[in-house]
Amino acid sequence: MKTKVLMAILALVIAGLIAVPWVASYFYIFIFTEILILGLFAASFNLIFGYTGMLSFGHAAFFGIGSYATALVLIHLEWPFLACLLVSMGAAAVLALVIGFLSVRLNEVYFAMLTLAFGMMVFAIAYQWRSVTNGSDGLAGFTLGSFGLGLDLTLANPSVYYHVVLGIVAIAAIVLYLICRSSFGMILKAIRQNPERVSFAGLNVRTYRLVAFVIAGTFAGLAGGLIAPFLRVASPELLHWSMSAEPILMAILGGTGFFLGPFIGSAAFVLLETWITTYTESWMLVLGIILALMVIFFRKGLLGTAIDWWMEVKK
Amino acid sequence: MSGIGAALLNSLDIGLLLFIIAVGLNIVFGVLNIINFAHGALYMLGAYLAFTLINIAGMPFWAALLLAPVGVAILAVVIDRVLLRFIYSRDIADSLLLTFAILLIINESVRTIWGSGIHVVQPPQLLSGSVELLGSSVATYSLFVIVIGLLLLAGLWYLFNRTRVGRIMRAAALDRDMAEALCINTRLVVTGVFAFGAWLAAVGGVMAAPMRALDPGMGDKIIIESFIVVVIGGLGSFPGALLGAIILGLIHGFGGRYLPEVNLLLPFVGMALVLLFKPNGIMGKGASA
Repeated sequence: MKTKVLMAILALVIAGLIAVPWVASYFYIFIFTEILILGLFAASFNLIFGYTGMLSFGHAAFFGIGSYATALVLIHLEWPFLACLLVSMGAAAVLALVIGFLSVRLNEVYFAMLTLAFGMMVFAIAYQWRSVTNGSDGLAGFTLGSFGLGLDLTLANPSVYYHVVLGIVAIAAIVLYLICRSSFGMILKAIRQNPERVSFAGLNVRTYRLVAFVIAGTFAGLAGGLIAPFLRVASPELLHWSMSAEPILMAILGGTGFFLGPFIGSAAFVLLETWITTYTESWMLVLGIILALMVIFFRKGLLGTAIDWWMEVKK
Repeated sequence: MSGIGAALLNSLDIGLLLFIIAVGLNIVFGVLNIINFAHGALYMLGAYLAFTLINIAGMPFWAALLLAPVGVAILAVVIDRVLLRFIYSRDIADSLLLTFAILLIINESVRTIWGSGIHVVQPPQLLSGSVELLGSSVATYSLFVIVIGLLLLAGLWYLFNRTRVGRIMRAAALDRDMAEALCINTRLVVTGVFAFGAWLAAVGGVMAAPMRALDPGMGDKIIIESFIVVVIGGLGSFPGALLGAIILGLIHGFGGRYLPEVNLLLPFVGMALVLLFKPNGIMGKGASA
């Protein structure tokens, strides 16, 4: 009964998401595009945080390098969009392998500090390497050509771009979900709960952590590749730690214990941001207060709290 | 030769300043077992409070050096009693998240109160000149930073090794339950240590104010630097913090002079090298997962 209700809700949400461009204004098409992209970014982060128990403060490095990769390929090579996204994923995976190799072998505290420091290192590179990254101005002025696979899509049209993003994010989310549900995903969960026991069971915790870190980085790179044409710019802000704070917040806001939590968190985050920034410029202040309250009082997030409440009522 | 002398002195003043800040981070970690992400924000708050006391209230630099850190320490007591007390018994991730939230709040408050522009604090008259040393002219203020840094270093060493308060702090760091069983009020120790860490950060902030321009990003820069210091030196180690700070000071002092193109990257390269060969830091013990 409960699963049926949940399935029905999920089907309704998906149908609603597909219908967005036909019923909503341009403004909301942009909002929903952003929600989907940042949702994927947050979901990739939650693979290492919610599932594996590693709190990274440098996840924006992979998001940012993904956006720079797509921008660079569009400017210099003018490849189809799908190829750009693959380059973004590849670049992010390589970076995640290097940073992960140095960071995952130490405990949680070190991991948090190292990911923050290495994330800021990537930011510093993007800021200083003007000949390639155009420094603080970022890369702009690229145009989307074809999509690839022989599909004839006008990507410059926001509605079309929204549907492309929806399709890619849906596929990526399904892949991520299957990873979480697989035996590999179960081992990641076990590592979060008790790494010592997992290593006594004969599994190399460090390798599992590194693989999870690289997978998460790869999907963050994909989200970055999607955001560059959306923002029409790849700038160092996408690499800054305040960008790393966003998936953390979204995951906490939605609920780290659920696969869909980060997506719910992304929706709440973007809608709140849109709403609050019309009143005040101090969005980060509100963000900090929300994060503090969520951590102290609602550690399970919106989805977790809602599900707890529902279970209580429907007993 | 004179270039090397100047670079050396420059390294020393950066290094000792970093030591003051990083040792606060280290002490808080040792006793509370949390990494305070807001440590850099407290440093920045110290600098901005000093700016207000000196440039707006017209106080002398010395008064600001005494008052601003006390103000920040009082704020730290409030933060500890109002927010952090909820998460001491929880998973370490929660403390990272909460101090990160505090960092966001302080950063944005600074931006709102003082604006995002750059502010400048003048060094006191007495220290604004320069002196001839090791064959080159050195800013008197940077010698002052070195002297204060060494005094604080000696003071901290004395505090931890020769006084009752220091022994209580070390006992609480080693085994909090045992300390409590020996009639030590560990709640008071925890709050006190957090405030002391914040005080050190703010002292660093006031000292840095006349050397660097004040902008709302200064806290972020210093927290990254402090992380690099404790990763190089070893988390929770007092000599490690000193060694890490001096190494990073040397990287800045000589890197800025001889390798200006890559100087932003050098600290990270240094950190990566230490991680490859000594994952727990040069003086650290047992941090492997």
